[in-house]
Amino acid sequence: MASSMLPPRTAQIRLVSSHKEVYEPDDDSFALVDALLADRSNLLEHRPALCMEIGCGSGYVITSLALMLEQEGLDAFYIATDINPYALSVTHQTLEAHGVHAELINTNIAQGLENRLSGLVDVIVVNPPYVPTPEDEVGAEGITSSWAGGENGRSVIDRILPVADHLLSEKGWLYLVTLTANNPSEICLLMREKGYASRIVIQRSTEEESLHIIKFWRDFETKEDEEKKKAMADKSASTGIMEYLLGQLPQLPFWRSSDSNNY
Amino acid sequence: MRLLTHNMLSSNIKGVTNGFPLRIEAEKVVEKVVEMNADFLKKMFEKIDWKAFADASRAMGYAELPEEADSSMLESDEFLQRYHHALLELHLEEGALICPETGRRFPVNKGIPNMLLHEDEV
Ligand SMILES: C[S@@+](CC[C@H](N)C(=O)[O-])C[C@H]1O[C@@H](n2cnc3c(N)ncnc32)[C@H](O)[C@@H]1O
Repeated sequence: MASSMLPPRTAQIRLVSSHKEVYEPDDDSFALVDALLADRSNLLEHRPALCMEIGCGSGYVITSLALMLEQEGLDAFYIATDINPYALSVTHQTLEAHGVHAELINTNIAQGLENRLSGLVDVIVVNPPYVPTPEDEVGAEGITSSWAGGENGRSVIDRILPVADHLLSEKGWLYLVTLTANNPSEICLLMREKGYASRIVIQRSTEEESLHIIKFWRDFETKEDEEKKKAMADKSASTGIMEYLLGQLPQLPFWRSSDSNNY
Repeated sequence: MRLLTHNMLSSNIKGVTNGFPLRIEAEKVVEKVVEMNADFLKKMFEKIDWKAFADASRAMGYAELPEEADSSMLESDEFLQRYHHALLELHLEEGALICPETGRRFPVNKGIPNMLLHEDEV
């Protein structure tokens, strides 16, 4: 395909719209798009039909994802949500300026979509409000809600994880931005209990923060292992050694049952 | 907002047991031509609630969809065209989505539905 020779397209900063109450693309936004670029060949093979961004802000990320996939002829359906109404107007302008489309919904995480969209989404991208703040700043009006993450910056993240699990299809992937203060290894463990493997796609340190972009996917062996581990109630020693790369831990052979190798 | 999105939305106000489908009150509908993707249409066919979709399409002023549909109809180009047009080319620009149980209005402005719940609704 001739188009594959071109450098991948992402949103251009000069075409990204802005508003004083809306988060502007920053290091975290760039790291998330870089993670999508780093995983681009997998995404092209994945052929997602339905993609979603939770907390789209300026629209920089969802626009980049749409451009990247469309450039290679992948025609997916895009949905983006934000709790801040101004963010959706700005995202709308950013999408239009790049000639791509996403369905925009002003809502809290994915409220209103959870019943009917369950199990349908192939890719979810999230750059959540992750900064540790007092709890009462979470979900405040306007720009504050773009970064205020409550205790350990986990308030919104911890509400997003079960929703993402619920919305993702069998083959679905989640890309999540986290800060060291969010305790990413614990997030991976939480997701492992839901049957997800994980890997760090990008790790980046700036002067103020150290960011990890983590990718999660359903792993049926992980799920079985988790269930078996729960059965072996007295063993909880493994937590310490798991660190981040949970999905890549070698599987212990005696945990494997004969039909667990399908994925 | 396209009708595929409408088909994925429901009212989840506290206490509401059947918040789907949301009734459409259309003030302004726009059409935007997009290329047809038969694979996508076929895939979505299994997920769509057809009755809700056909009713929504009528509320948007497009009455060309059959009341009922089964997957054998996907063989027909004419059917695919209509299905494609209603699902992806019609946009609700201005109007509202009404909760079937409580009558609560979720406004749609500039094509963006506001599904945010008030404090006493969660
Ligand atoms: C760190 S900003 C990221 C914006 C954009 N995705 C980017 O990467 O530049 C987080 C975004 O999440 C939104 N947000 C915060 N809490 C939310 C919630 N409960 N539901 C939906 N969106 C939320 C904020 O309004 C903000 O736009």
